[in-house]
Amino acid sequence: MRVTVRLFARLRELVGAGELSRNVAAGAVVAVVWDDLAREYPAISPYAGSMSCAVNAEYARMTTVVDEDDEVAFLPPVSGG
Amino acid sequence: MAVKVHIPTPLRPFTDKLDVVDVEGATVGELLTNLTTKFSGLRQHLFTPEGRMRSFVNVYVNDEDIRYLQKDQTPVKADDSVSIIPSVAGGSSATVAPTALPQLSGDEVQRYSRHLILPEVGMDGQRTLKAAKVLCIGAGGLGSPAAMYLAAAGVGTLGIVDFDVVDTSNLQRQILHGTPDIGRPKLESAKDRLFSLNPNVHVETYETALSSENALRLFEPYDVILDGTDNFPTRYLVNDACVLLAKPNAYGSIFRFEGQASVFATKNGPCYRCLYPEPPPPGLVPSCAEGGVLGVLPGIIGTIQATETIKLILGAGEPLIGRFLIYDALRMRFRELKLRKDAECPVCGMHPTVTALIDYEQFCGVKPAAEDGVNDAITDEMLPRELKERLDRGEAIVVVDVREPQEYQINRIAGSTLIPLGELPQRFGELDANAAIVCQCKSGVRSAKATGFLRSIGFKNVRNLAGGILGWIDQVDPSQPKY
Repeated sequence: MRVTVRLFARLRELVGAGELSRNVAAGAVVAVVWDDLAREYPAISPYAGSMSCAVNAEYARMTTVVDEDDEVAFLPPVSGG
Repeated sequence: MAVKVHIPTPLRPFTDKLDVVDVEGATVGELLTNLTTKFSGLRQHLFTPEGRMRSFVNVYVNDEDIRYLQKDQTPVKADDSVSIIPSVAGGSSATVAPTALPQLSGDEVQRYSRHLILPEVGMDGQRTLKAAKVLCIGAGGLGSPAAMYLAAAGVGTLGIVDFDVVDTSNLQRQILHGTPDIGRPKLESAKDRLFSLNPNVHVETYETALSSENALRLFEPYDVILDGTDNFPTRYLVNDACVLLAKPNAYGSIFRFEGQASVFATKNGPCYRCLYPEPPPPGLVPSCAEGGVLGVLPGIIGTIQATETIKLILGAGEPLIGRFLIYDALRMRFRELKLRKDAECPVCGMHPTVTALIDYEQFCGVKPAAEDGVNDAITDEMLPRELKERLDRGEAIVVVDVREPQEYQINRIAGSTLIPLGELPQRFGELDANAAIVCQCKSGVRSAKATGFLRSIGFKNVRNLAGGILGWIDQVDPSQPKY
C-alpha cells in the first residue's frame, strides 16, 4: 500500500525531499515505514531514538499501525533559539 | 437536578467556606447564575458589572475547559464535576476582586487604547496584563521579539535570564540589541531597549546560566515561562521545572528555515517530554551557530510565543495547548499536529519518575558520566601552531573538517577533508582508522564530539584542533576571514 512520508528539518535535508510516496506492506506500523526509509537513506538512522512521529497530523508512536494513503510525518527535535 | 461545583480555596470565603456546592441547573450558565444568586458575594468575582463572565475565570466540566465545549451553554448532568479554576496568570486574578488589580495611569490608558477597545482585553484584561509576570529564558533570537512585544503589550513584570554578551553575528536576528551594544551584556542592552519601548514595564534581569540549582527559585514568582533557549539540556530543564511548578511554558524552537511552537505544561495539556521523551545524541542536531538560521525566523516564532503568552494571561481565545505548530519559512507553510498528554510521560504522566530537577547535561549526553573517560577528547587537544609545524614537516596528518559545506566555503585549512559532524557516523569508513587524524570545526566544540566519536569506534590516533578554524586564523593564517 502507498503512504505519504513527510519529513521535517534535518531529516528533510538528509533525504533531500520533504514529501515522499512510499510502498509498505499492508498492516505495517510506523517503525516499518521508518526502517524502510532508513535503509535507503542511512544518514537519517541516528535520529531514530529522538524524533517524534505523527500519522495524519496526529502525534503517534512507532507502534501505530498505518493505513493506505495515510500521511506519516517524522519530526526531529530542534533546539535553536 | 443538583450538580456539584468545586470552589477554589480563595473563593471559599464567599461560599460559607464550602469547597463543594450543590447547585441546580442544566447548563454551566444556569449553574453559575444560581451559584451567584445563592452566594451573592461571589458574583463580582465571576462576572463583570455587565453580566459577562470575567475573562480570567476558567470553568471546567469533567476536566474539559468549557471554552472548547459549548461555553456557558455547555450542558451538565447530575454526576458531572464542575470546577472553577483560577486563570494561569495575573497571579490569582480570578480569585482577587478586580479592584485588587493594579490601576492604569492616564499614560497607560492612552498607550494601550488599541487593546482597551478589544472586548477580549478591555480594562480588566489590560490590568491583568499589568499584574502578570513573564520570564523569558534567553535574550537571543526568540527572546528578542518576544520580550519586545510583551513589553509593548504592557505585561507588568518581565524577567530575562541570560549571561551572554552581544556579538556582531547576533545582530542579524536578535533585534533587542543594536550595533552600539556589541560587547555589552545582552541583559543591559535588553533593559535599555525595553525601557525605551515601555517605561511602565518592570524588567528583572538574571545574569546567570539557568541550572537545576536555580531554576525553581527563578521561575517561582512568574506566571508564564517563555522558552527561548538554544540548547537541549536547557529545554528539558525548562520543561521539567514548568511541570514541577505547574507553570505554562510558551515554547518555541528554530532550525535554519523551520520553527516549532506550542504551549506545554498546562493543567491537562502535554509537555515537551510527551513529544520528545529522548534527547538526540549530542552533535546530531546542529545549533544556529553550526547550522545557520534565517534571521527573520525567530522573529516569527518568538512573536507566536508572545501571542500565546498574552492569550494565556488574558484567558482569551484558543491557546496552542495540545497542538504543535510547525512553520516552514522557505515554503511559507504552517502545519499543526495534535498532541496528547502521555500517561506514561516520566515527568507529567500518571506515575512520574522525574519528581525533582536532574542533571540535564548528563541526560542529554553533553557531559559524560565522570568515570567513562571520554573527557580525554577535550584534554588531548592540538594547538594550531603545532599542527602547522607538523604539516610543514611533511607529517601525514589528515585534517578532518567537521563543519557544514557552507562554512567550509568561508575559510578552511588547505588540504583538509570535509565530513560534516552529522554525516560522520555514516562516512567514517572514508578515513583510515590507523592514520593520524586532527578533527577541526569552527571553535573546537563539534570537533571534540567528532574526536570522541572516532575514538569510541576504534580510531587510534585522533586529536582535536584547539580553537578550531578561528584559532588557526589567529595563530597561523590571519589572511582568511572569520565568521
